[in-house]
Amino acid sequence: MRLELLVKNGFVYDPLNKIDGEKKDIPVRDGKVVDRVSSSATVIDASDMIVMPGGVDLHSHIAGSKVNVGRLLRPEDHYWDVVPKTPVTRSGVGHSVPSIFTTGYRYAEMGYTTVFEPATPPLKTSHTHEELNDIPIIDKACFPLFGNNWVVMEKLRDGKLDECAAYVAWMLKATKGYAIKIVNPGGIEAWGWGKNITHLDDEVPNFGVTPREILRGLCKINLALGLPHPIHVHPNNIGTPGNYRTTLETMRCVEDLAKDGKPCIHVTHIQFLAYGGVDWLSISSHADDIASYVNSHSHVTVDMGQVVFGDTTTMTADGPFQYRLHQITHNKWVNADVEVETGAGVVPITYLRKNYVHAVMWTIGLELALLVKDPWKVYMTTDHPNGGPFTEYPRVISWLMSNKARQRIIKRIPRLARVRSNLSDIDREMTFSEIAVVTRAGTAKALGLKDKGHLGTGADADISVYRINPKTVDPSSQYREVRRAFRRVAYTIKDGEIVAKDGQVVKTLTGRTFWVDPAIPRDRMEQTVSELKGRFEDLYTVRFANYGVSEMLLPRSTPLITQSSL
Amino acid sequence: MTVHDNLVCPFCGCCCDDLKVEVVDNQIVSIENACVLGRSKLEACDADRYTTPMWYEGGVLQETSLDEAVDWVAKTLIRSSYPLLYGWSSTSCEAIKLGIELAEEVGGVCDNTTTVCHGPSIQGVHDVGEVATTLGTVRHRADLVVYWGCNPVHAHPKHMSRYSLFPRGRFVRRRSERRLIVVDPRRTDTARIADEFVQIQPGSDYEVISALRMAVRNEEIEASEVGGVPVERIEGLADMMTGCRFGIIFFGLGLTMSDGKNRNIDAAISLVRDLNARTKFLIMPMRGHFNVSGANIVSTWQTGYPFAVDFSRGYPYYNPGETSAVDLLSRGDCDAVLVVASDPVANFPAAAVRNLVKVPFAVIDPHKSATSACACVTIPSAFVGIEAEGTTYRMDGVPLPLRKVVEPPKGVKTDEEILRAILRRVRELKGGG
Repeated sequence: MRLELLVKNGFVYDPLNKIDGEKKDIPVRDGKVVDRVSSSATVIDASDMIVMPGGVDLHSHIAGSKVNVGRLLRPEDHYWDVVPKTPVTRSGVGHSVPSIFTTGYRYAEMGYTTVFEPATPPLKTSHTHEELNDIPIIDKACFPLFGNNWVVMEKLRDGKLDECAAYVAWMLKATKGYAIKIVNPGGIEAWGWGKNITHLDDEVPNFGVTPREILRGLCKINLALGLPHPIHVHPNNIGTPGNYRTTLETMRCVEDLAKDGKPCIHVTHIQFLAYGGVDWLSISSHADDIASYVNSHSHVTVDMGQVVFGDTTTMTADGPFQYRLHQITHNKWVNADVEVETGAGVVPITYLRKNYVHAVMWTIGLELALLVKDPWKVYMTTDHPNGGPFTEYPRVISWLMSNKARQRIIKRIPRLARVRSNLSDIDREMTFSEIAVVTRAGTAKALGLKDKGHLGTGADADISVYRINPKTVDPSSQYREVRRAFRRVAYTIKDGEIVAKDGQVVKTLTGRTFWVDPAIPRDRMEQTVSELKGRFEDLYTVRFANYGVSEMLLPRSTPLITQSSL
Repeated sequence: MTVHDNLVCPFCGCCCDDLKVEVVDNQIVSIENACVLGRSKLEACDADRYTTPMWYEGGVLQETSLDEAVDWVAKTLIRSSYPLLYGWSSTSCEAIKLGIELAEEVGGVCDNTTTVCHGPSIQGVHDVGEVATTLGTVRHRADLVVYWGCNPVHAHPKHMSRYSLFPRGRFVRRRSERRLIVVDPRRTDTARIADEFVQIQPGSDYEVISALRMAVRNEEIEASEVGGVPVERIEGLADMMTGCRFGIIFFGLGLTMSDGKNRNIDAAISLVRDLNARTKFLIMPMRGHFNVSGANIVSTWQTGYPFAVDFSRGYPYYNPGETSAVDLLSRGDCDAVLVVASDPVANFPAAAVRNLVKVPFAVIDPHKSATSACACVTIPSAFVGIEAEGTTYRMDGVPLPLRKVVEPPKGVKTDEEILRAILRRVRELKGGG
């Protein structure tokens, strides 16, 4: 039996169990939260501190081929942020694209214990898993890309929804993926010819299918397979002035598919998708339109994709967008097309407070988070590293909790950016409980992780303790203390063990890898496999036998079997 | 008899995964689909190798035990103030990870063969980025293929048939729908099948690429010829490039290691970048060893840097020219060397080799080589991809599984096992000291 722990006397924020800052003990045994522990349990004195479930990040590019090419591209990003080896930790480098061990440590040092990589090209997913395996401490998963997959597009064009569902099920299982990720549906295939798609009803060249059909098809499949997380969508026209219309249309296009008022689409890094205007001169915030849509519909959830001023590296599967960003910034550019499936691009960027466009972007993320009334619908991300590195989360938290902290920056951004956004007029300040929702409880719920994001009996004993007293500290005015507390955790407990103390990793362990195994009828799976085997060599330059990820590769494989309605 | 199908070839960066071998009594008796290079490796894996660790004692090469050899390596690395761990491109990613961990543990430098091959290509990427793809998109879409400073007919024999020129793609169906340009100072066998062979003067790559960039941007070139190529021809090539639907440049060491080095690559990538304003164009290095890409990829995700990673400060530090193997050895900076899966004595400049053989050094390699002939200690290992499994990365970054089809000779361990034993011994000794 492992050590028992008792997190004693902390102010507990556990929104899923409706606990809002009550003084409470959290007993832990064998990696789980339990009802009580024996008197021999190790006691962690959390008096005057905040206790929350471990942080759950649902969208952070931490592993895989495009992340790694971001590391490769930017030695200058690493030189000034070095991490020496210690008796318990490996060495590494930061900053916007940290090396793999450092990624795990830095998340743990902020109290995060679960992080999902939101885009992996299926062909290269064993690379993604190899990197995920190397990330210490945290639990993880990855989302394979489906929105430009030839087989998916052909089946949807031909109206073979069931066959397409079986293929998606096979792919999730073969690559050990967790959710359906869609990036610029159809647009990346067009980028195979140097083109793009800008409208939901434009046909994908050579495939006779539209982004709308891809989105709707994959949304139906997602529901049919009973996947724990809805389709995770990066729509067309990201980062383009006036794109809020496409974003609204993308949300609307699956509106009728939702069942029982549950979300059926997650639109990610929404900040990059809420631009008004017709060009970069006239760009403005349309966060209010997006927020009012989200407020009045239950089928959609979003995450912020907040921009943080400073130097970072943008990376997405959206090849055409990254090329455009390269043309705008003239910074170095990586493109990485992937046969049959998808593409990717990487471009470094420095977000400047005095740059009008960047300032507008900064206001939009916060506006959205604050205008969406229900925190269970909007989650905190920076789309790491696109809006800024995940290590900047404490700053974002301070902006969400303090109007004063926001105003300090609003005062110093260009006047035009100020007047084209409503942020200066928003005085909402999130409470600790709301922060717990947008950083752990809400994300865990959105991902369908039943044992994460809360501290009820039976939950995973992933707990973060922050050195801040909610009774004496007023986050609205003392936002610096909030920032400091969330930057360096007092304790991070993972699987019932103390892994970080006073913002330092003290122990490392191996996290789980979650993936879904949709249960579909055996004959249907066999049919899919035999059809795919028959044409695999027409599609790929690798053999069927060498494709995919063996479960043996995952040190703590945690499959989730879902019930499909096929 | 056992038949192994869909085997990944452990020779060059093509990592062809369509090999079929038959094994009888732990002997490979037939090989299908392999090129002459892959075949030679699979056929010859039994010839000319040690099966027990060897060391020089009293000036005589003698057999020793694995434990003693491991102990010697561990003690040498610990005693050393600045050891170099070099090689890595012909072993599995799993072994490479252990190599990085070992280098970190002993505060040494971990460098791979990229340093003497596509190192400048990677520095070019640091400068301007890369316009990359997996090989399948080339097969399906490319109607213009350029081989620059490389000779795939001999160095990557199946590259053209599997990936670029000959295969049946979805949108480009046959050879006649593709055009092939070969740029090389020599009329190579690849050049013989080209639609356009551009014979440039040796060392003029940078000038020719720059002229092409000018032509692509519709600028006037003042000279009448560049690098031995008339300007009209260069303009014609530029028109071919801008006029294609989907083009790709594959480049080899002829571009990377000739005068200009990383600046050549910088220029070539910039050319491709410019071309993307007009059409779709990509570029890819022709990587040599089957897992040299893997060595870069693993090193990058674990340390942030692709090769020449120096751990002597306790954290990864990277500065090719300062922390790269040839430079370290030429300056005589290293006082111990561990070579894994490589043969630097045969390939490095004389000045580097002279200093290499002066310091205590060990080699872990399946082959007898020039390096093993000079090494204080040689630990024979299993052939990865034949006698040991693991992961490799194709030249385009696609991960593939290497399989084990025969057992290694008795007593011969895998790179992974040997490195794990050394790492364990290092930690024992350090813990004890």
